[in-house]
Amino acid sequence: MKKLLSVFVLIMMILAISANLIFAEEPAQPEAGQVQPQPKLDTGDTAWMIVATALVMLMTVPGLALFYGGLAKKKDILNTIAMSFVTYCIVSFLWVFYGYSLTFSGDIEGIIGYLDKAFLGGVKVDSLQGTIPEVLFSIFQLTFAAITVALISGAYIERMKFSAWVLFSILWMSLVYVPVAHWVWGGGFLAKMGALDFAGGTVVHINAGIAALVGVLILGKRKNTLLVPNNLTLVAIGAALLWFGWFGFNAGSAAASNGLAAQAFINTNTATAVAALAWMFTEWAVTKKPTVLGIASGMIAGLVAITPAAGFVNIVGSVIIGAIAGFICYFSVTAMKPKLGYDDALDVFGIHGLAGIIGAILTGVFADPSINEAGKGLLYGNPGQLWTQTVAVLITIVYTAIMTAVIFLIIRIFMKVRVSEEEEIIGLDSSQHSERAYNL
Amino acid sequence: MKKIEAIIQPFKFEEVKEALVLAGIQGMTITDVKGFGRQKGHVEIYRGSELEVLFIPKIKIEVVVPDSLVEKVVKVIQEKAYTGNVGDGKIFILPVEDALRIRTKEKGEQAI
Repeated sequence: MKKLLSVFVLIMMILAISANLIFAEEPAQPEAGQVQPQPKLDTGDTAWMIVATALVMLMTVPGLALFYGGLAKKKDILNTIAMSFVTYCIVSFLWVFYGYSLTFSGDIEGIIGYLDKAFLGGVKVDSLQGTIPEVLFSIFQLTFAAITVALISGAYIERMKFSAWVLFSILWMSLVYVPVAHWVWGGGFLAKMGALDFAGGTVVHINAGIAALVGVLILGKRKNTLLVPNNLTLVAIGAALLWFGWFGFNAGSAAASNGLAAQAFINTNTATAVAALAWMFTEWAVTKKPTVLGIASGMIAGLVAITPAAGFVNIVGSVIIGAIAGFICYFSVTAMKPKLGYDDALDVFGIHGLAGIIGAILTGVFADPSINEAGKGLLYGNPGQLWTQTVAVLITIVYTAIMTAVIFLIIRIFMKVRVSEEEEIIGLDSSQHSERAYNL
Repeated sequence: MKKIEAIIQPFKFEEVKEALVLAGIQGMTITDVKGFGRQKGHVEIYRGSELEVLFIPKIKIEVVVPDSLVEKVVKVIQEKAYTGNVGDGKIFILPVEDALRIRTKEKGEQAI
């Protein structure tokens, strides 16, 4: 624990020093084109975005915590929940400290933002981002950062030391999420290239999915790789909360209370429902039983796949995206994973990574300019968009894969990443937290 | 006095219980148990991965009866727990040396 604390302090110090350096370089005049001359607060937009922010928060705690927790073995449920909880808290702090500033304050060579808004310095109560308060924009984005890191935990459960996960959360949010979010949403080079990502297919899901895959390859397999859910009822509640919260995630990404938000809302619902059906019927045909976990898993695949596309495609596009995601993700977790042999415990790569890639690529196909003039896909005479989407996906995959591996190497300098074999067998609830979920 | 232990399918329990009460038993103890016999286990599928569950949930009924009731009780359980499929369960009959009612200190058949 002492080590962890000293690492944390060290990171803070480095950042504080670099903050001063970047401050000095920062140009005095405001960035061109960032804020329009007479921005005006819109109370409707603000009201909706406050609600949307709370909805996205709900996705991580309790949504993801229950979804993952219920799927863990009964001796590991609390540790699994704790991973989501602690990540939400860590990211909440680091985001207001430096995450927001580095992601959204200006742009240095397309790579990263400035540090001048550390601790939201200069962000006043009446500062605006578009038509909503900048403070609100900042916390909306915070909830995205938090869920992205928390998503990864599902792959690593039942073997990773809690202290190592805490350190991983800090490093991964700082070294992977912040730059990638800046590239796509903060005016970085992927944004300039014209990559479309409405609510975070690339930034959130591909990012988390690839980190999950690389991480489990480094961590190694668990002793017992079988999926033995301790409580599928919790999984169902968690999945339903994720669906509910995702309306804030996708419709909120319109950053306004308007028709585009409504379109993103209905697209999200449609793709999710279709993907759940696609998974269920595929499973029904293959194993002769439609499972509750199958329906829930299909829902998540659909939610992920529609995320980058929600504010760009029409309803037909969302049906097709949902169907493809549900169908392919079923085979990715039931056939591809056993064949390749990586131990992605809760299929973060198989569902989030893959559905994220499917969604990001298909956004380049189905983006309909009559829905959103910012996006014109292959079907509407712009094949170049498909190429741009593919490049954005590949860049994210390569960067995330390399950085995740580097982060594991850094953690290994300070501590063991895995629990001992004995601790793994008795369960992480007991060995990491001295608690048990069920005292029956 | 004999103790009759019956391990039966959980979904047959209600029928067996009602028939036993009608047959005149004074009390019974039941336990949720897990086990396997010739039926072996069964397979559960989570995200397509097959989980072999060797031990299957059953209900164990324990009832102590005077010798005169043994035949009737065994017959009732055998009839009511029967489906004809593998996994219907088993009945064991054990001798009981003595019994004691804690409250009244009654002994033997008086105590059951």
